[in-house]
Amino acid sequence: MDSALIPKGVKRCSLGLFTLGIAVAGAVLLWGVYAMLLCWIKGLNQTNMNDYYGFALWIWADLAVIALGGGAFFTGFLRYVIGKDELKNIINYAVIIGFICYSSALLILAIDVGQPLRSWFIFWHANVHSMLTEVAFCLSCYFAVLTIEFIPLILENRQVDKVPFFHNLSHNMHEVMAIFAATGAFLSFFHQGSLGGVAGVLYGRPFGSREGLLVWPWTFFLFTWSAAACGPCFTILVTWITEKITKKKLVKDNVIRLLAKISGWMLATYIIAKIIDTWYWATVTAPSMGFTLMDFYSNNAFYGIWILVLEIFICGIIPALILITKTGRNNSKLLMTAVILAVIGVCINRWVMVLQVMAMPVLTFENWVLYIPSWQEVATTILPVAYGVIVLALAYRYLPVFPQEKELNPID
Amino acid sequence: MFPFSFEWVWDAGHVVFMGGLWYALGIIGLGMTYCIIKAVIDTSKGNGGHHH
Repeated sequence: MDSALIPKGVKRCSLGLFTLGIAVAGAVLLWGVYAMLLCWIKGLNQTNMNDYYGFALWIWADLAVIALGGGAFFTGFLRYVIGKDELKNIINYAVIIGFICYSSALLILAIDVGQPLRSWFIFWHANVHSMLTEVAFCLSCYFAVLTIEFIPLILENRQVDKVPFFHNLSHNMHEVMAIFAATGAFLSFFHQGSLGGVAGVLYGRPFGSREGLLVWPWTFFLFTWSAAACGPCFTILVTWITEKITKKKLVKDNVIRLLAKISGWMLATYIIAKIIDTWYWATVTAPSMGFTLMDFYSNNAFYGIWILVLEIFICGIIPALILITKTGRNNSKLLMTAVILAVIGVCINRWVMVLQVMAMPVLTFENWVLYIPSWQEVATTILPVAYGVIVLALAYRYLPVFPQEKELNPID
Repeated sequence: MFPFSFEWVWDAGHVVFMGGLWYALGIIGLGMTYCIIKAVIDTSKGNGGHHH
């Protein structure tokens, strides 16, 4: 029924099966929308946030999806600015994943601010001393850039492309895409960094506070670095999941391995910097504030030293070693293990730098308080996943996302 | 926020933050304006029937 909309030369599942899949994801989406409406109508009393957890599940999810969406800016930077031409075969998917991640982040923020009608205040009544103002500026502008990068792909749909104006518009946008990609890389560098900078400038929170360069604490650079390292890993992971679901090879191995190699070296250098940062913080910064390392990892039921080992060693050093070696990259099981570990690692890092940093008691009368999110928080955090599945499914079905698909899956 | 807003102060913070925002929005706006105008011109010349 919808065959006229499907790109030429590729095969898709039946419309019935596709609709069933969309319906399942749509049901989850509706559950999330219901929870979102509860938060907007009844207020933030629907959450389990409190004075210890003003930053809670939503802000973690926000920072995590922004880091994972970093594949779009870094792959775009490599493709359009550095000139890694092979990446043209995965850049479309990286842009769609980035678009989903950033729109999800904005949606989560719209729920979290509690009064979304006043979201524009941050632009008009900007507090120019706040790193979060810079985050809001760059996030909004970069989302506009991602939308611009996504539009030409939508215009390449078989039916839309028949309209001469849309065909010309798509062609012209491709021609100047390097400018948009460079702008996107610039914006991403600053908002990824400022999200890390927020923890680094919390002088009253020794768990997060860091020295740095001029106005930027070291966490500023570490966040940008980790997003550039782990974002492409998420792109590879989603591509692999898509290949498993569609039972097709969609991107050639050399493209995946190139992205994995670059990602691996970014991760390796990042993890060295992270170890140096952690070592200096544990031996110099924290003691200067009257804390020892183990003060941050004891006297509570959850945040043990295991979380540091998991983040740096298991989800940092191990995937980096796999990705920088040819043997590791050429073994698909090892490659995917490394990619999954890197994705988990950056999510743990964001959890630690958002939740643990605020929960850690710093005054004598404070206690470690643990936090369990309400179902409304969980539902609104799962909402973007369902939304992402729907957007990816629609894009894969109706848009020429993978330039190598026809060649890798010839139709008899 | 613009320089004529009552809360504007001529200091480095306002100039860097708001200047950066307008700069980014300017590039995005000009880039898209160029693409749209060129697409209108190309279409009016009868181009666009081929696939690139």
